[in-house]
Amino acid sequence: MRWLGFFARRMVSGLGTVFAVASLCFFALHALPGDPVDVLLDETASGAERAQLRGALRLDQPLVAQYVGFVTDLVARGMGRSFVHPERTALAEVWRVWPSTAVLAVAAMGVAWAVAIPLAVLAARRPGSRTDAAVGVSSLVAMALPSVWTGPLLVLLFCVILRVLPFPGPDAAGPSGLVLPALTLGASMAGILTRMGRSALREVLREPYIAAARAKGLSEPVVLVAHALRSAMVPLMTVGGAQLSALLGGAVVTEKVFERRGLGSLFLESLLRRDVPVALACVVAVACTVVLVQLMLDVAYAWVDPRIRSAG
Amino acid sequence: MTTLRIEGRGVIGVPLVLGFALTAVLGPWVAPYRPRAIDLAHSLEGPTALHWLGTSDNGVDVLSVLLVGARLAAVVSVSTVCLSALLGVLLGGGATFLGGRWSSVMARLTDAAQSFPSLVVNMGVLALVSRPGVAHMIAALSVTGWVGYARVARAEVLRLESREFVTAARALGAGEARVFFRHVLPNALGPLWVQATFGLGATVLAEASLSFLGLGPGAAASWGALLDQGTAHLLHTPRIAMVAGVAISATVLGFNLTGDWLRDQLDPRA
Repeated sequence: MRWLGFFARRMVSGLGTVFAVASLCFFALHALPGDPVDVLLDETASGAERAQLRGALRLDQPLVAQYVGFVTDLVARGMGRSFVHPERTALAEVWRVWPSTAVLAVAAMGVAWAVAIPLAVLAARRPGSRTDAAVGVSSLVAMALPSVWTGPLLVLLFCVILRVLPFPGPDAAGPSGLVLPALTLGASMAGILTRMGRSALREVLREPYIAAARAKGLSEPVVLVAHALRSAMVPLMTVGGAQLSALLGGAVVTEKVFERRGLGSLFLESLLRRDVPVALACVVAVACTVVLVQLMLDVAYAWVDPRIRSAG
Repeated sequence: MTTLRIEGRGVIGVPLVLGFALTAVLGPWVAPYRPRAIDLAHSLEGPTALHWLGTSDNGVDVLSVLLVGARLAAVVSVSTVCLSALLGVLLGGGATFLGGRWSSVMARLTDAAQSFPSLVVNMGVLALVSRPGVAHMIAALSVTGWVGYARVARAEVLRLESREFVTAARALGAGEARVFFRHVLPNALGPLWVQATFGLGATVLAEASLSFLGLGPGAAASWGALLDQGTAHLLHTPRIAMVAGVAISATVLGFNLTGDWLRDQLDPRA
């Protein structure tokens, strides 16, 4: 029952956050100096385009009525109709790209954790050793390599020189097309995760209970993985959660390089085409996911760390 | 006063940063061509005596774009970091120092802002203007940038506020503003410098990413836009993407290494 109450409270506050983000976007659009239509459209826009935007933003109505209309759209009408594809609601547009984004995010997370955890353990086991220094420098290099560049580099290597993977584009659908984008995103995330994991592990390894576990005669792998790594998971999960949220819209660069559809590229496209309902729907989708990730993290913290569990 | 010794990661990081700074200052003066000079007869050429790094499409000299782009990257990153640090310290540090409701509201706000993907916010802000310029880029990056400084400033204020010298200053009759600016803030500068160094690298990367997406200042030569062109010609002329990518990566790596070095220098125990 305690869990149920916890969930209910968190869902309500999460929905509140999403609503606040959506309202913030609405008022940001209206707080701009000058006519929003002039700001959003450049001078080449036709009179019809201006009228359409004015009508869709309900700019001919008083502000309160505009806001009520906006909230009704948000709750009941799939966030309004897309300007570019009026036959679909903005929410439907987001749903179309959602699976592609989710698959890429999960794959990239998988790559990052599979690389980062073993490296962090290796480095933290002997601080100051050559392995430690090598892991430290390579994680810094991985952090500095922008995905705007590693993406094209990987394409060049695997699709042009080695010819083992399909060139990015509509032909590169399916699992083989996912390998390079996941590697590109995973590599830069792995850099930060390795650094965090290494410093968290080093701190944990100084704790008395690690000495106690060793004194009990537990083997080094058991001490490292079952005792040290488990405690070090809490800061790592915080970083991982932030990275997962950032992947939703932030994968846009990788999506562009590999010509993939996704939430980020839909957002960019809708911004460039001034498709306001779709852009707002993207922001709401990102906000919902951020809230959901935070909720999952809170559950995961309690699962990993008994101290948090007993604190309720 | 701590004396800084160039050692460890600083041996590589500091020269990279100095090289970037020097390029940014001198670049536009020594660039052999204007970064927009079109020469259709020599488009996508390899390195020659006239064009040391070759040309991109429309025959634009790649070296010139690189040199002029360094200035843009430096202007954007330094301005963004200054503005973000100022906002972050005043909002995050100030609210925490005032305590009570201000402090808890600011803590929640920074937590919420940090969990939202910053690139999405940057893109949204830039899209609010039809032709983004350099100032818009700085504003868009600062909207998300201040959060990091606010968190560092908050942690420092919490660490320092109950120390004896703060109590002593209050006992001597110093006002809250004087205590904050003259006693707390100077002692919080070390971690803020480290944060700012990493922030410079992160801003160079963010500017390149946004320009790559076509949201950069259209009138200026930019590394991200050069990389975008290079990606389009990746099959035939991978050189352009290479040049831009190496420039961006070396700069970001330089700032990250320098940040690590600075942290070790200012706090040798960590």
